[in-house]
Amino acid sequence: MRIGSVISILMKTHQSNSPITVGLFVTCLADLIRPQVAFAAVSLLESAQCEVRVPRGQSCCGQPALNSGDRANSIEIAKQVITEFSDVDYVVVPSGSCADTLKNKYPTLFSKDMRWARRAQKLADKTWELTKFLFEKVELKGIDAALDGVCTYHDSCTGLRELLIYEQPRELLKQVKGLRLKELKDSNVCCGFGGLFSLKYSDISTHLVSDKCTEICNSDADMVLGGDLGCLLNIAGRLRRDNKKARVFHIAEVLAGMTDGPAIGDPEESE
Amino acid sequence: MSEISSIQRVEFQDRVRTALNDVNLQRAMAKAKSGFVDKRLEAKSALPEFDQIRDAARDIKDHVLSNLDTYLELYEEKVIENGGHVHWARDAEEACSIIAEICKASGARTVTKGKSMVSEEMYLNPALEAVGMEVVETDLGEYIVQLAGETPSHIIAPAVHKTREQITDLFHEHHSPLGYTDRVTQREALVNEARSVLRERFVSADVGITGANFLVAETGANVIVTNEGNGDLTSSLPKVHIVTAGIEKVIPSLEDLSVLLRVLARSATGQEFSAYTSIYSGPRRPEDGEGPEAYHVVLLDNGRSSMLGGDYQSMLRCIRCGACLNHCPVYGAIGGHAYGWIYPGPMGSVLTPLLNGFDSAVDLPNACTLNGRCKEVCPVHIPLSDLLLKHRTEQHERKLTSATSRWILTAWTWLVRRPRFYQAVMAIPLWTMNRISRGSGRLRWIPFGRGWTDTRDFPVPSRKSFLRQWYSQEKGHE
Ligand code: SF4
Repeated sequence: MRIGSVISILMKTHQSNSPITVGLFVTCLADLIRPQVAFAAVSLLESAQCEVRVPRGQSCCGQPALNSGDRANSIEIAKQVITEFSDVDYVVVPSGSCADTLKNKYPTLFSKDMRWARRAQKLADKTWELTKFLFEKVELKGIDAALDGVCTYHDSCTGLRELLIYEQPRELLKQVKGLRLKELKDSNVCCGFGGLFSLKYSDISTHLVSDKCTEICNSDADMVLGGDLGCLLNIAGRLRRDNKKARVFHIAEVLAGMTDGPAIGDPEESE
Repeated sequence: MSEISSIQRVEFQDRVRTALNDVNLQRAMAKAKSGFVDKRLEAKSALPEFDQIRDAARDIKDHVLSNLDTYLELYEEKVIENGGHVHWARDAEEACSIIAEICKASGARTVTKGKSMVSEEMYLNPALEAVGMEVVETDLGEYIVQLAGETPSHIIAPAVHKTREQITDLFHEHHSPLGYTDRVTQREALVNEARSVLRERFVSADVGITGANFLVAETGANVIVTNEGNGDLTSSLPKVHIVTAGIEKVIPSLEDLSVLLRVLARSATGQEFSAYTSIYSGPRRPEDGEGPEAYHVVLLDNGRSSMLGGDYQSMLRCIRCGACLNHCPVYGAIGGHAYGWIYPGPMGSVLTPLLNGFDSAVDLPNACTLNGRCKEVCPVHIPLSDLLLKHRTEQHERKLTSATSRWILTAWTWLVRRPRFYQAVMAIPLWTMNRISRGSGRLRWIPFGRGWTDTRDFPVPSRKSFLRQWYSQEKGHE
């Protein structure tokens, strides 16, 4: 850590001389499919003077089991996440639905086990979705990113309804130079991802994502942004299949100025 | 058991496919959807205290459900005091035979019906037809689906799945023999034609059967809310009026009624108030100018009492406004009939397994993205998506899901709980997918993922996972 940032943290946190530690819950999709989202999250958190830790014993938050009604396996995964993130001040997640899992679902899993229930609640209390954390908790100013173009925003359902994420990404995007936000009609309507739903009920899922992509095309935006990789993979997958032009990025990538490379589902640039 | 669910799955998926390919259905649904949503939002915005009233509405229903026996007894007492009769039906069959008996005893031939989902739940029409009654639906939407030989596809807009052209054809076919030979196509004209056909039926009906939006314990009254006034004609013209309602419809007082009415119409159609709100409290009294000679209430349990005190009790708060259907993306895509029973959409996906048996509708709680919009708009705060998740848990515990999927989840959990091994295993598909995609950024096919890749590309994963990059390249993270 640079001396300069240490000093600014010392000045910022007054009483305590250690910076706040943030455990990044990477999410399995960002980990495997789009690591850049996690790198962007790290960079944003560091620019907000947080000390970022990435516990090694993490993988998935367990939504596939949880949403399939498999409590026993969900409990196993929850215990692991709770343990891995026990010694950080905050847990930040670049996904509304995974953040909701840690925050609102884990505590419901331990009704018969007080000790774990308490630990789950402790994790829940310190868990934040990334944009909410940046905007509300650390009030990140001075985002140094530029992106010339018209963007539209898809509000992923769980973040929107369970964590009330709506203003935060929009406010943060205002700091990105050159970016013009054009609201998406029905931005609050589900894109049809729904995790395993997209495979099990693919006909319905396709219908919904097609509607979403029609609105995206109608918006005439150059880019679609969102805060949940699941939805973005779904949207990008459909746009690419139909050869539509709109490019898809996770909001963290935009805020961290990491939009020079290929967008989600786009070809790698020839070297 | 798994055999049942696999047959069901095919049936459900078939119905879904039929619905998605039905051009008329898709046109009708697309038109209806945004109308309902926009109007509700307008009505909600015009009433700043809307959310407080919703809280109050929820509290009223909760209070009733915790004291249901008391209020039902009080209600019964009042109905009897007013000169009416109350019949208790354990299930659909019992309800049908009670109603058939009343009709037969009064020498009835023709029965008119106001909209009543609970009578659909009982399969009342076929039961009455079997004992020789002619049954005429008087709600315009119900009338349309009756002509078409269908069931309602929406709990407040039964014919929402039909286009105007389809309705024109239906009317032309059925009304020409009655002398209405002109083919009418405009909305207004269609409504007028139906009105004039139905008017004769109202006058000649012997028994009128209506549902009830609410039953008021304090006065013994039943309350019907409509936009067509057909409920009034059905209730007051025939000699006998039969009210059918689920036992959860009772509320304590008229005061409570005013709270619930304020959220009902706004949530349902975005109106401040429905055009007709009618309160009936029994047979004609000597001083009344009109009204039925006999008044019966048939209260249906059909599985409701077993929901009391359990995990799904909150579902009994439902006031059948239809908002959850109107805001459900899945309902909007497939319409009501694909759900397979009379209650569609989120409320139906919660109710159907509870009323018809858990193994009767394994798909319904799963065919949902858990987007939570239903829960957001429900006027009585029923946590619909949480209840659907509860159903999934129950299915898993009862082993109603396939053995393969349970096995996969366990194997996957085993892997996820061993992060280092997980990373090593995952490196294989990452490497392979990258090789195959050759820098195109997307895959057109992935094994076991046809559900995805038949209609969507799959964005190619990274060559190396984030955690591997973090712990190998970036110095000092270890
Ligand atoms: S569950 Fe709620 S939103 Fe759905 S019909 Fe019932 S009261 Fe209306």
